[in-house]
Amino acid sequence: MRHRSSGLRQAKTYLNHPLAAAPLLAASFPAGAQETRFNMTRGATELSQQVFDLHMTIFYICVAIALVVFSLMFWSIVHHRKAKGVVPAQFHGSMKIEILWTAIPVLILVAMAVPATRTLIAMEDTSASELTVLVTGSQWKWHYKYLDYPIEFYSVLATPRAQIANEAEKSPDYLMAVDKPLVLPTGKKVRFLLTADDVIHSWWVPDFAIKKDAVPGFINETWARIDKPGLYYGKCAELCGRDHGFMPVAVDVKTPADFEAWAAQQVALAEQAKAEAASAGPMTMDELMALGQQVYDSACVACHQASGEGLPGVFPALKGSAIATGEPGAHIHIVLFGKAGTAMQAFAKQLGVKELAAVITYERNAWGNAKGDMVQPADIVAAIEKGE
Amino acid sequence: MSTQITGTLDAHGHLDHDHKPRGLARWLFSTNHKDIGTLYLLFSLTMLFIGGSLAMVIRAELFQPGLQFVDPHFFNQMTTVHGLVMVFGAVMPAFVGLANWMIPLMIGAPDMALPRINNWSFWILPCAFGILLSTLFMEGGAPAAGWTFYAPLSTTYSGDSTAFFVLSVHLMGVSSIMGAINVIVTIWNMRAPGMTWMKLPLFVWTWLITAFLLIAVMPVLAGVVTMVLTDKYFGTSFFDAAGGGDPVMFQHIFWFFGHPEVYIMILPAFGIVSSIIPTFARKPLFGYESMVVATASIAFLSFIVWGHHMFTTGMPVVAELFFMYATMLIAVPTGVKVFNWVATMWRGSMSFEVPMMFSLAFIVLFTIGGFSGLMLAIIPADFQYQDTYFVVAHFHYVLVTGAVFGIIAAVYYWIPKWTGVMYNERLAQVHFWCSLVSVNMLFFPMHFVGLAGMPRRIPDYALQFADLNAFMSVGGFLFGLSQLLFLWGVVRCMRGIGERATDRVWEGAQGLEWEVPSPAPYHTFDTPPVVK
Ligand code: HEC
Ligand code: HEM
Ligand SMILES: [Cu+2]
Ligand SMILES: [Cu+2]
Repeated sequence: MRHRSSGLRQAKTYLNHPLAAAPLLAASFPAGAQETRFNMTRGATELSQQVFDLHMTIFYICVAIALVVFSLMFWSIVHHRKAKGVVPAQFHGSMKIEILWTAIPVLILVAMAVPATRTLIAMEDTSASELTVLVTGSQWKWHYKYLDYPIEFYSVLATPRAQIANEAEKSPDYLMAVDKPLVLPTGKKVRFLLTADDVIHSWWVPDFAIKKDAVPGFINETWARIDKPGLYYGKCAELCGRDHGFMPVAVDVKTPADFEAWAAQQVALAEQAKAEAASAGPMTMDELMALGQQVYDSACVACHQASGEGLPGVFPALKGSAIATGEPGAHIHIVLFGKAGTAMQAFAKQLGVKELAAVITYERNAWGNAKGDMVQPADIVAAIEKGE
Repeated sequence: MSTQITGTLDAHGHLDHDHKPRGLARWLFSTNHKDIGTLYLLFSLTMLFIGGSLAMVIRAELFQPGLQFVDPHFFNQMTTVHGLVMVFGAVMPAFVGLANWMIPLMIGAPDMALPRINNWSFWILPCAFGILLSTLFMEGGAPAAGWTFYAPLSTTYSGDSTAFFVLSVHLMGVSSIMGAINVIVTIWNMRAPGMTWMKLPLFVWTWLITAFLLIAVMPVLAGVVTMVLTDKYFGTSFFDAAGGGDPVMFQHIFWFFGHPEVYIMILPAFGIVSSIIPTFARKPLFGYESMVVATASIAFLSFIVWGHHMFTTGMPVVAELFFMYATMLIAVPTGVKVFNWVATMWRGSMSFEVPMMFSLAFIVLFTIGGFSGLMLAIIPADFQYQDTYFVVAHFHYVLVTGAVFGIIAAVYYWIPKWTGVMYNERLAQVHFWCSLVSVNMLFFPMHFVGLAGMPRRIPDYALQFADLNAFMSVGGFLFGLSQLLFLWGVVRCMRGIGERATDRVWEGAQGLEWEVPSPAPYHTFDTPPVVK
């Protein structure tokens, strides 16, 4: 394999195959895993390979210097000891030597700076891109919007909470898998625009040697041209609150033809979903509660907690809260439009109308909030039309 | 250096009626540099154990993948408070304590220049940390945005402990600035006759330069926390784009303080090692002048490299290149220091008592931290390192095996002078070897997991990092336990258990501090010694 990849990424690629077999997974694990368990990945782009080479070069230079300095020091420790009856010399300085060991490091540093500068300038050149994706971080999910296609979606952690709580066995892609990965074509210069809705996040995919902060109110740029199809994993790299550790990035890289097919399919699916939402009929209490719990567990649980009790002083309880047990209007309003200046986001664009109706109904009837009333998709459609 | 002492020895005669108050009042109202030095050092030791306990919580949670012990929000409080306590509570006060004890003794002054300010700057600290630690017990918990408290996580999105946090940082700043002024005034005005600038021990030099750094940057920290306070509570928008502000400006201001701050935590340790190596090599320090110049260059450069903490924030390429080159340049004077230490050992007549062992470990391990620092300066590679465990490894090598090892070396080196008894050498050697092995088990594998992609400040991680994290946690617990040996050794000396120390203590020791009796009497150098 020309571009070596992380063992887990291989594992995941195998898993994607319908015929993925457990023994295959186990066998493929150790060989590829070696490298990125102890060192930086070479990645999947020309630049990531350059970054890796740069990293190894500086590393070897450091090791060489360390060997020289520490050998001298240990030689001295072994030979120049009082126990051997050595009489100490009394020299205490030499201008010549001081100049020498100032000048030599300067030369070594210049030698390091040259390739570093060259690579950096290439990394920061976002011109002539062929595809642009707007990446938006918010507590604790990524939103991807393709500027060249009518496609946008959220991408959140797919690892079930039970695995995190040690109540279920952890899957090989624990804390790495997302519900919907970003999909990109190979061989094209993809430009990423990064921003955030709330706090600073940082979008990091080691295999592309990309780490760039997503700063609320500002847009940063970076780019990648990916050589090889596959599933690439990354993470949020800037502390962004409670679930900072649970905000992975996954990028599914396809051949250009597969990518176009995927894009066309997404557009069709979006149309279909829109039509369904407009004609969504009333749901039963059981349907609402079942779907509601599902939505709650993926979209709300990080803050309001499974018990509905929140985290005192940080995230409010919904169990017995005035809004969740009051009249539905205010409840619908805060979930749809959020509350500016707090961590409570607007969910109107993040969830479908059915999901919104369901999660609100769920909150009004779970954890002993026995309101007994139902919020229907039609109520949500009406509230969205009315606006903030 | 030959010294003639008058006065001190006479004072020795009436040691017992030297007007020192008894009991609590002695410590509360003390203006004596030795008592205040002791208070600082004991405070720092307490904070080391409190900060260490928080680190044990972190390592326990990271022992295995999955959430076992704490909620992620509490985990973030642990990393934040651990960082703040270690930086502002353990390392900085330890250096101020050493400065209090040693600077007057080293320059032949009877006390610090401003004794009442000295008292005040110490007693502010327990208040500051009382406030900070009390937030752990509040609803919503302690600050959780990291010790770097980036906005807007620390403003709009933070809990109500922010107000307490800001107040406590202000108090720490006031304390540091007063301490720094005191150090500068003392060194400037109270040197004994004949103690010219180029005769100052390096510990005094490095502290003088550190004190200037402190005065320059602590007000910047005060400014940035005040902006955090007004952004959160009074509707300003310094760091809020919606109101015309800029979250990245927070980072510029913070790191303009923060980078010199890391040198504040290492320069005095350079001074300590520069005192210890010549003593145990029985040979004068190699390149004294170049050591002074190197320290001053590092201090200067530390003001123009803050951007290296912000390579991923999206700076213009030209700014990135400037910060990269400036940062790489710092390696030069730092290298000069290491070379000078090795040259000092060269053809010396070395013995390896514990202060020397910690100093040797300092040189090797601090240098490893320096190398990873150089790697972090190379921007394209830094994009892969930034905010991973590689950085956690880097700063623990410079802070724990650098600053903390330097402090421990200093304590073993000077404790016979402070207490009049030798520490127990065998106990101390066990402490050294346990610390050396465990600290590397703890921090060395962090380089690997960081390179392999484990971000910092996370309570849970992907399965590929599991075995190394378990190993690091074991190292962490062992390192924590090893420090109990240190505590034991120190308590023994404080209680006067052990062999009597001679006045010179170490065969190769040079300098005024070794001319006074052990333990150093309550008042020393009432009449200035004459340095020839
Ligand atoms: C990132 C954290 C976060 C997430 C995720 C989140 N919330 Fe909230 N939520 C908050 C905060 C903070 C508040 C308090 C806002 C305020 O200050 O009034 C809040 C308030 C609320 C309230 C009003 C409670 C009251 O009585 O004041 C409701 C209802 C609510 N959220 C529902 C939801 C639902 C439904 C979801 C999932 C679709 C959700 N939240 C997801 C943080 C969050
Ligand atoms: C008992 C020994 C110690 C252990 C086990 C330890 C462990 C850790 C760990 C695991 C982290 C990373 C937390 C994370 O990013 O998730 C951390 C952060 C940190 N440590 Fe330590 N540490 C120790 C001692 C020290 C000392 C002595 C200092 C300072 C002199 C220090 C300064 C810091 C700082 C500044 C941070 C960054 C906090 C932040 O991310 O905001 N540590 N420590
Ligand atoms: Cu994050
Ligand atoms: Cu710095």
